[in-house]
Amino acid sequence: MKITLKVWRQKNGKTPGNFNTYTLPDVSEDMSFLEMFDVLNDELIRKGEDSIAFDHDCREGICGMCSMYINGRAHGPLTGTTTCQLHMRHFKDGDTIVVEPWRASAFPIIKDLMVDRSAFDRVIQAGGFISVNTGNAVDANSIPIPKEDADKAFDAAACIGCGACVATCKNASAMLFVSAKVSQLALLPQGQPERNMRVKKMVEAMDEEGFGNCTNTGACEVECPKGISLDHIARMNRDYLVSNIVD
Amino acid sequence: MILDAKIPEGPIADKWTRYKATIPLVNPANKRNIEIIVVGTGLAGASAAATLGEMGYKVKAFCFQDSPRRAHSIAAQGGINAAKNYSNDGDSVHRLFYDTIKGGDYRSREANVHRLAEVSTAIIDQCVAQGVPFAREYGGLLDNRSFGGVQVSRTFYAKGQTGQQLLLGAYSALSRQVGRKQVQMFSRHEMLDVVIIDGKARGIIARDLVTGKLERHFGHAVVLATGGYGNVFFLSTNAMGSNVTAIWKAHKKGAFFGNPCFTQIHPTCIPVSGDHQSKLTLMSESLRNDGRIWVPKKKDDSRKAVDIPEDERDYYLERRYPAFGNLVPRDIASRAAKERCDAGYGVGSSKMAVYLDFSDSIRRLGKDVIEARYGNLFEIYEKITGEDPYTTPMRIYPAVHYTMGGLWVDYNLMTTVPGLYATGECNFSDHGANRLGASALMQGLADGYFVLPITIGEFLSKDIRTKAIPTDHPEFEKAEKEAQDRIARLMSIKGNKPVDHFHKELGKVMWEYCGMARNAEGLQKAKKMVQDIRASFWKEVRIPGAADETNPELEKALRVADFLELGELMIDDAYDRNESCGGHFREEYQTEDGEALRDDNNYAYVSAWQYKGDNQPEVLHKEPLVFENVKLVQRSYK
Ligand SMILES: Cc1cc2nc3c(=O)[nH]c(=O)nc-3n(C[C@H](O)[C@H](O)[C@H](O)COP(=O)(O)OP(=O)(O)OC[C@H]3O[C@@H](n4cnc5c(N)ncnc54)[C@H](O)[C@@H]3O)c2cc1C
Ligand code: SF4
Ligand code: FES
Repeated sequence: MKITLKVWRQKNGKTPGNFNTYTLPDVSEDMSFLEMFDVLNDELIRKGEDSIAFDHDCREGICGMCSMYINGRAHGPLTGTTTCQLHMRHFKDGDTIVVEPWRASAFPIIKDLMVDRSAFDRVIQAGGFISVNTGNAVDANSIPIPKEDADKAFDAAACIGCGACVATCKNASAMLFVSAKVSQLALLPQGQPERNMRVKKMVEAMDEEGFGNCTNTGACEVECPKGISLDHIARMNRDYLVSNIVD
Repeated sequence: MILDAKIPEGPIADKWTRYKATIPLVNPANKRNIEIIVVGTGLAGASAAATLGEMGYKVKAFCFQDSPRRAHSIAAQGGINAAKNYSNDGDSVHRLFYDTIKGGDYRSREANVHRLAEVSTAIIDQCVAQGVPFAREYGGLLDNRSFGGVQVSRTFYAKGQTGQQLLLGAYSALSRQVGRKQVQMFSRHEMLDVVIIDGKARGIIARDLVTGKLERHFGHAVVLATGGYGNVFFLSTNAMGSNVTAIWKAHKKGAFFGNPCFTQIHPTCIPVSGDHQSKLTLMSESLRNDGRIWVPKKKDDSRKAVDIPEDERDYYLERRYPAFGNLVPRDIASRAAKERCDAGYGVGSSKMAVYLDFSDSIRRLGKDVIEARYGNLFEIYEKITGEDPYTTPMRIYPAVHYTMGGLWVDYNLMTTVPGLYATGECNFSDHGANRLGASALMQGLADGYFVLPITIGEFLSKDIRTKAIPTDHPEFEKAEKEAQDRIARLMSIKGNKPVDHFHKELGKVMWEYCGMARNAEGLQKAKKMVQDIRASFWKEVRIPGAADETNPELEKALRVADFLELGELMIDDAYDRNESCGGHFREEYQTEDGEALRDDNNYAYVSAWQYKGDNQPEVLHKEPLVFENVKLVQRSYK
């Protein structure tokens, strides 16, 4: 099929960017979206032009590195699907596709479609863990955990840290990402001792990074490739309130 | 040179305990002044960096992704082994040890493997304490499943995302140390060389992948945890960025390379769909617990799978290996699939695939159970192929998955360069000629949490008086200049072909001649072909942009340049080993019914290759493998 791509090109964080248009005459429907970019880059390089920079690594929907804003939607039109797992069979011959980077002030653009998401790491460093040194653990089965809680914690832990929730939110809020981690650890007995401190520190760090406020529009949940639920935001808000009362 | 593996004295079950008690300690005041570089933040690197930080060392950690959480370990699906015997099915440390040695086709070192089995149980405890949400039973206790090549259930898992959950656990421990300023994290950095001063590893040269600037970093010791080199084949289940650069540069600086040709081909991957293919996706081996593998009995049968009646299907694994059936080890399952396809029984449009069929299990257990077990894998499959595995059998074919080879290390996990360590998939250590499923995650975390942080004391305790070496030392300058020159040379070629062109060519040669089956003649031919591709790469490659900016093509070029050198060494190693063992199948050496034929009299050794300079043949050293606790037998899964 024939596909026209309008791609955001920007040399670096300091220079302004603009859209460039490229036409690919022969896209196979078995290709992934990123494989289409491979083909385009191959062509650009052979023509002596600069290739398009984009983030990716696993190409299996699990590392969270890929990040394209496709036709106005984070990771494109398919729900529950990362950019790397999106296949061209979901587009039609003759389509024009607009591709942009994640846009959020907490995610500055590095080049073309690549952005800097290190703010997420710093939020985790502020408290997204259970403080247990290597070698200090008790036997794993000495802490039975109801299957239901374990499964819920797992669902929260499935977040891949891609940032689609931020990119898609009109306030560029990181609530879904942060609440997923807070919630995972709050659901487990191991996470209780630090529960109050954790939520406070992480929320503080989140605000410092310049993410916006949550106004409950719920766009993040819709675009999250891992189906992280808004319930986690509610749980985090409760925990945050409690942590302030306890203080 | 005689390779000293530094295996402690004493009976196998006591070696580690006794040795641990004798390793000199570094006192807390001295730890504060000792800096350690950890390259890689996968399971092996993140766990080591976190633990070393907890112990009080000053750590600098590096990864090329934008966050340490994205290391390739994240993609592991199936599970992690541990000899907990929670299933009460007769498992024990000894059995895990024995299974690993046997699964590795008797080409690994007993003492290391035993230690791995011993510490396996503590890994699960540690991970649960960190909040890793492993699968549980209704009673609230941990659930287990079985994996290929063994007869007990010792695999812990978190749906099909075990690697992700374990890595996020290690990442959270690492993040905690970054927050405490015990670890300084350098993301989007690629190590381009090690710096050796007075015979010891004392630092690295790294490129900041955003600015393109080269940086010098000092460390009293350097730990490499940079993962496997399966991408030498271009198409593999590895992430796009997985590479050999760090360990290859270390190799060229004196670290011996162990068993480079030992590659694992995973039997259950989604087949190639066209020339645009950039990577191959694994379908976890755990699927073989409930899926049955078959091909039509008739050659070139073009009927749809569902239209082929039961008695016209050949469940060839169940037929050939009644005892293990669909659960035979990976190398055997892979070769059996290739054998059927080569003989003309393959399915799908390419005819290079076999069926993995769940219809029996769905009938027996219900769709819900199958969905709970494998739902996310089925989804991945459907996303990629557009087919629904609940109603049509999956099409699968083997793909390059794991490299058992890697830097040679002694019992302390130290390479032949003092102060330079290798952990996780990038060392050659524990899996011999074939790795059992769910054992790589175990090894990465064993090395990083429980082994290296202790054994490194052996070296560092003698080094407490060494002051930090300023990075204007001539050796730093020299190493940086070398990296700079290599980059300048690449940028100046300005040819007409992108890096991927050469990478794909290399991959084809490696897959054809140094892949699932190898023979002397093919290997000789391949050696020449790789040399030719390398020569044209250095004449014709085109790298757009500049060196002092974000430049993914330059990153790829630096990696492929190293793959092009490594490929030749793999070929030499495969050529040297005149036997078939594990993943290394030399067609000249097979039994009458096509099984691998080992030669224990002549090849029970680890090959350790020494780099001798550009265009010089590498020199082979041999570490003889001594088996005192298991009897060498021909592996049989019949
Ligand atoms: C699809 C898939 C599924 C798997 N499933 C399982 C399973 O179920 N069970 C199991 O036991 N094993 C499994 N494995 C194998 C296992 O995942 C890996 O062997 C293991 O995770 C490797 O861990 P590692 O820490 O050694 O390396 P990796 O996780 O690969 O980490 C390498 C690190 O090194 C860094 N790095 C590399 N080169 C450089 C450089 N030059 N400069 C700076 N940084 C560098 C990277 O950024 C990364 O942080 C699977 C593998 C694959 C591919
Ligand atoms: S919550 Fe969803 S969208 Fe946000 S980072 Fe996690 S996986 Fe991505
Ligand atoms: S590249 Fe890893 S999630 Fe898309």
